[in-house]
Amino acid sequence: MNLRYSQAEDEFRAGLRAWLAEAVPSLPPKPPLGDWPARRIYDTGWQHKLHEAGYAGIDWATSVGGRGATPVEQLIYLEELERSHAPYVGVNFVGLLHAGPTISVEGTPEQQERFLPPILRGDEVWCQGFSEPNAGSDLASLRTRAVRDGDEYVVNGQKIWTSHAEVADFCELLVRTGPEDSGHRGITWLILPMDTPGIEIRPLRTISGTTEFAELFLDDVRVPVANRVGDQDDGWRVTMVTLSFERGTAFVSELFQSMELLHDLRDASERSGHWADPQIRRRIGHLGAELDALWALVRRNVSEAGQGTVPGVGASIFKLGLSELRQRIGELGMDLLGPYGLVWDDIDGPWSSGSPSSPDSPGSPVLRSGELVSTWVHGFSRTIAAGTSQIQRNIIAERILGMPKEPRR
Amino acid sequence: MNFVLSDDQLALAGGIRALCSGRFALERLRSREGASRVVDAADWEELGRAGVFGIRASEEHGGLGLGMAESVVVFEELGRSLIPGPLVASALAAGLVDGALDGTVMVGSVTRPESGMPTLVANLDSLGILVVVDDEGLALVDPSSLNAKPAERSLDPLTPMWVVNGDLPAGKRIGGPEGAVGWRYGEALLTSAQCVGLAAVSLEMAVEYSRSREQFGRPVGSFQAIKHMCADMLLRVELARVAVHAAAVIADDPEVGDPIRAMAGATLLAVEAALENGRKNIQVHGGMGFTWDVPAHLYLMRARVLEHACVSGESLAETVAKNL
Repeated sequence: MNLRYSQAEDEFRAGLRAWLAEAVPSLPPKPPLGDWPARRIYDTGWQHKLHEAGYAGIDWATSVGGRGATPVEQLIYLEELERSHAPYVGVNFVGLLHAGPTISVEGTPEQQERFLPPILRGDEVWCQGFSEPNAGSDLASLRTRAVRDGDEYVVNGQKIWTSHAEVADFCELLVRTGPEDSGHRGITWLILPMDTPGIEIRPLRTISGTTEFAELFLDDVRVPVANRVGDQDDGWRVTMVTLSFERGTAFVSELFQSMELLHDLRDASERSGHWADPQIRRRIGHLGAELDALWALVRRNVSEAGQGTVPGVGASIFKLGLSELRQRIGELGMDLLGPYGLVWDDIDGPWSSGSPSSPDSPGSPVLRSGELVSTWVHGFSRTIAAGTSQIQRNIIAERILGMPKEPRR
Repeated sequence: MNFVLSDDQLALAGGIRALCSGRFALERLRSREGASRVVDAADWEELGRAGVFGIRASEEHGGLGLGMAESVVVFEELGRSLIPGPLVASALAAGLVDGALDGTVMVGSVTRPESGMPTLVANLDSLGILVVVDDEGLALVDPSSLNAKPAERSLDPLTPMWVVNGDLPAGKRIGGPEGAVGWRYGEALLTSAQCVGLAAVSLEMAVEYSRSREQFGRPVGSFQAIKHMCADMLLRVELARVAVHAAAVIADDPEVGDPIRAMAGATLLAVEAALENGRKNIQVHGGMGFTWDVPAHLYLMRARVLEHACVSGESLAETVAKNL
């Protein structure tokens, strides 16, 4: 049991850090959150740079164009990107962490050749068509129908929570091909080109006021059978493969962001005088202890993955712990802001002045009050998206602790 | 980087678990509930022979020559099995007090309270030496020199307590203030490891009971109200365990982290996990959890004892906050 990086791991880190030190400062300014076309250009531009430098698809196998990095190298990669304040994976999320890995395991050679290289290069953007208005936590009850008609499926139905649908080229789409009551046995995984006639996209306004999600309405949308990943009615198994990638290291960046935010809040509390309150100090310390423990848990999970132990078990624990913690950091930020948290505008105060907390991480920004408000509000999505905390607890209780299953259909 | 237990560390844990479930089986321990001596001299020497007190002592001095990482692995097992007695003090005293390492002398410890406050000492009748810890350092005190009265009833029936009249004697000073710093640091880590063991057993008991106990025609463990409680218990165990492991690895190799921050954070989470899982285990057992026969309460009461064995002075959370 050790926490020392090997010489090869240190060299990988040094090379990446040197490249990031050049690449990140040369980026254009970040576009506003609500401007999806601009965000697509920004995020795919960054992906293109990563690809040129050999850092695209770090966790993908070399056989499909990835770097085939070890789990520890993947962790170093995420750590260094966060440290350099490099852009988040953004609109490339579904392609790089969902659809791409799924196609690389379950897709045909033709599908791999057609779809994987453009994801790695940042040429094509994917979105997710899994959830439906009546199929959220109970995803297997989805009702969007696909009926076979020659070499095509004719799809009718509705999807929801589809991030950046309006700028996506493809959608990973789950449809019902079996009878209405076939549950997880009658689902198929399709690749839907977003320029197909019959797709209507309606943006959803979230509690933060932005349009981060959209609803998809599918009306006689024709999808080639060649776009099916896995067998007909075998899509649930393929979906479990997809979600296992999501639950791998997908949330690790958020852990680093949370630690940086907590540092900044600690410094802000010293400037604002809140630090004199032992209750505030203890809240900060407790959050810090939990973040340190989650970081240790990540390193435990990654070490186990390196030994070939199946991940997933620790991932649910990590996701539950981090998302709940993230909300409490958001609450701390709001408490430090006091009445200044009643507006989304940036207001100057103790939180926005002073020197950045981590001098060794260049460009560490000081806190903006509007961003603290945003962090708090966005926190509510963390315990809902990608499996609610309640679903995570069910998974932990049933699959890890072996507790009896609830009666289900 | 390879942050998983090595084969040797797993084997060490397995050996200690076998010793605990054999000689120190719960039924045998429970037969001593309320006694003034819960472990006898032969038991203590057996623990000494198993190496429990000499994990970090060099092999030439009769120890195992291992590190803090191995120590927390062993102490988690001792916590799991509710092994009573001053395990942590005796392990920390190896090298300071003759006979501590091989278990021929049982060494206890106590933090000198602020003037005017009463002192509680655990296991006084069994002790050969009492280490008194204060900001000046460590002092060795002859336990028989204390004017102390046994408590009529101790909260943990396997940790008999004595109430000392008046101030503790000055004793014989060994070393300076740095001795106390090192002692408290080691005490926190080894005690935290025991807490992880307590928290883990509390969870295992709760899960096992919830599988077999039926109400409304099905196991109570199929209800989300129970499941979610158990899932949160596992989250606490896992976070506490990796935090303690990380803190121990950092203790052995201070270049890979901040030893003080890691120790404080791990102790905070481990003590909380032992206390909260202890409470929840009683709740999951329903009425049975409130009976003396079901041992759920023993893990909670031991957690209370351990909480006070390692949390003193400034709050652990504040230590983490200051070292972020």
